[in-house]
Amino acid sequence: MARTLTFHIFRYNPQDPDSTPHMQDFVLEETANMTLFIALNRLREEQDPGLMFDFCCRAGICGSCGMVVNGRPRLACQTKTKDLPETITLLPLPVFKLIGDLCVDTGTWFREMYTRTESWIHTSQPFDPAKEEARMDNAVAEAIYEMERCIECGCCIAACSTARMRPDFLGAAGLARIARFAVDPRDERTDKDYFELIGNDFGVFGCMGLLACEDVCPKNLPLQNQLGFLRRKMGITAVKQLLGR
Amino acid sequence: MQTVMTDLLVIGAGLSGERIAVEAAEAGFDVVCLSIVPARRSHSSAAQGGMQAALGNCAMGEGDCPDVHFEDTVKGSDWGCDQEVARMFVEAAPIEMRRLAHWGVPWNRVVPGKSTYFKGGELFEKYEKEEKAGLITARSFGGTAKWRTCYTSDGTGHAVMCTMDNRCAQLGIRVLDRKEAIALIHDGEKALGAVVRCLRTGALEVFLARATAVCTGGFGRLYRATTNAVICDGAGAAMVLDTGLVPIGNPEAIQFHPTGIVPTDILVTEGCRGDGGTLLDVDEYRFMPDYEPAKAELASRDVVSRRMTEHMRKGKGVPSPYGEHLWLDIRHLGDAHISTKLREVDEICKHFLGIDPRESLIPVRPTQHYTMAGIRTDKTGAAYGLRGLFSAGEAACWDLHGFNRLGGNSLAETVVAGGIIGRCIVEFLQGTPAPTFSMDLVRAEVARQKARTQALVSGSQGAEDVFAVRGMMQDALMEGCFVFRNDAGLRACIARLQEALERSQRLGLRSSGKGASPELAAALKLPGQVRLALCIATAALARTESRGSHNREDYPERNDRDWLSRTLAYWDEGATLPRLAYEDATPVFEIPPGDRGYGGGKIIPADPAVVAAKTRAQG
Repeated sequence: MARTLTFHIFRYNPQDPDSTPHMQDFVLEETANMTLFIALNRLREEQDPGLMFDFCCRAGICGSCGMVVNGRPRLACQTKTKDLPETITLLPLPVFKLIGDLCVDTGTWFREMYTRTESWIHTSQPFDPAKEEARMDNAVAEAIYEMERCIECGCCIAACSTARMRPDFLGAAGLARIARFAVDPRDERTDKDYFELIGNDFGVFGCMGLLACEDVCPKNLPLQNQLGFLRRKMGITAVKQLLGR
Repeated sequence: MQTVMTDLLVIGAGLSGERIAVEAAEAGFDVVCLSIVPARRSHSSAAQGGMQAALGNCAMGEGDCPDVHFEDTVKGSDWGCDQEVARMFVEAAPIEMRRLAHWGVPWNRVVPGKSTYFKGGELFEKYEKEEKAGLITARSFGGTAKWRTCYTSDGTGHAVMCTMDNRCAQLGIRVLDRKEAIALIHDGEKALGAVVRCLRTGALEVFLARATAVCTGGFGRLYRATTNAVICDGAGAAMVLDTGLVPIGNPEAIQFHPTGIVPTDILVTEGCRGDGGTLLDVDEYRFMPDYEPAKAELASRDVVSRRMTEHMRKGKGVPSPYGEHLWLDIRHLGDAHISTKLREVDEICKHFLGIDPRESLIPVRPTQHYTMAGIRTDKTGAAYGLRGLFSAGEAACWDLHGFNRLGGNSLAETVVAGGIIGRCIVEFLQGTPAPTFSMDLVRAEVARQKARTQALVSGSQGAEDVFAVRGMMQDALMEGCFVFRNDAGLRACIARLQEALERSQRLGLRSSGKGASPELAAALKLPGQVRLALCIATAALARTESRGSHNREDYPERNDRDWLSRTLAYWDEGATLPRLAYEDATPVFEIPPGDRGYGGGKIIPADPAVVAAKTRAQG
């Protein structure tokens, strides 16, 4: 019953002048309930201690382990080998800068996105520790959380044709961030403010509507709906601006 | 050599680290946060449950107040906590939850009217009041008298982490990821910063600061089986221990959880057993009622973990390529229940095991879960032994949790302690002139770290395999210093750890060690990890009583007469074992030692005169 798996893995260490990009094969006996987390750690410990990959929570919560598995961006930790054929090809996520082998630099990309989207609550209200909290409808809290579930794994960016053509595109993760604040009543920004941030080709009008972002999102975020919501909002804002209102 | 100077260096950008950073930045200080992963991937984000704070808004939390929260916390700690710290914490927690709401956390809110909830598999009704509509609500957690745990759906840690990191971005705090501190820089009196390895390029860098805060989380990864993220490896605490000046508080205080799945040790909630799930052995026989006739699977975490281990020792475990385990059975709860009330468990089974818990048994085993142990600080978060060094969160022993932490108190501690300690750091920075940095001292430390790295790459000290030695350490703790502890097992564990320590000083890399080499990162931290493991085992051997999570088979009583104390473990340079010292568990008693009301066990009482002298009259 036990299969012998062949892992076809991208190798390149940019910090090593002797290293050149290539694919390398590793062979491993499959065990019960094996995930790519188990398999890659065994490869590192038993066969090649220099093999670079990222895991953190290994429970699908933190978004560290995005990689291209047999052609599709996904979280390695929640990929079970039994759902894959005997030959498994692993590549680093495109778009992001390569650190080595399967590791990419999502951190820099996302911190830049926070700045570009001004990813925080804009409020003129000071915090008063003596006061009861401002009330909020529970349904609103849940709607905010729905968009905040993004784990910044980068799969949607790696799968996005626009992001691969233009490096300044905010992508589904960046636009979902705007949507998160747009539904939050604590944020005092207006549609016009949001238009300044995303009413252009590196924002909401850059999307070609191919929607691979939603297909690959490991958290099943409603990225397509959010995009539609923002496009309508920004479209109306643009028309209003043209009409001078 | 890249050298960065700042007012405050925060090592670790999880919730407590970023909360401290925010406090200092708001006061106008320059702050740099370092993290080995992008901040939002910190283990804080994995905490799903919630944060305890006595807001008393929901129906089941009515009448709650900081005093009730205080009592739960002290009892939970088995009277091991610092009661002054616990008091500060419970008073500040409700305000901190409101502050987080102001910053953007989408807390779940009170929905007025009738609703239902499950307890012990049974359905109950409750009524939420109209006048509380829209205030922050709370859920139930073990060991608490009231529903007090504020939450955001099934992702509280994640949601609060997003908000805190957003706040850092708003304040322009430099949060640098893939930076691993590998040594503190100090002059024997003051902390001056850290030598840092860049995990993008492998280059060494220097960060100098007027104050340094270590907020690197827990150290579950010293154990083979742990619910913790792979980054919770104790390297931060070990780096502080390596100064020889700062002790680890209560290293023996480690919490375990009965149901981590095999092989990945991801936690499945206690709710499974609460709702009627059972534990089965290799013969699919339900064994818990034989050990605990009254409570069976519903006994406390530690009791269930111990009984599971005991049963596996009798040869009743299920063999697997990943070691022995037992089964959790929730098949009889049915599709409607599993799809709604246990959805999270259903998803874990689907994503990480590929099984359907309606039809299949879930492989589980007890795993390490939380370290009450940590860098010992005073109530302001200042580490013992080095001026300008602070610590908060799971990395620290502040000491809110004593020998057992309540669910929901740890995640709340990250932000509440972060706020309190952040303000103390601001006062420290305002009241302390900038130190002069001796560049000779800095160069010497960098040279030491370069030499270590060179030795590992060249193999000049030996050719021991880092993963093999790390495995030896993990197995030694699993076998001798896990849920069951006794004299013989601990002595054997210490002997193996000493061998592991000796071997860890003869490591040689098999890979080139160039760039972001994971093997080099593991090798640099291993000797410190083994020293930390030795602190745990040595302190566990010395503590001849059972208290909270520390269970000695040969000393089953809680001994308040001799052990109402906190262990301080120091590592002197060149030593092969830690040096243990002790201090009183708490400077004052608001609640004198008594029975927890759960967990059972006999108590050897403390001298009543000693207790009376330290008991503060209730105001």
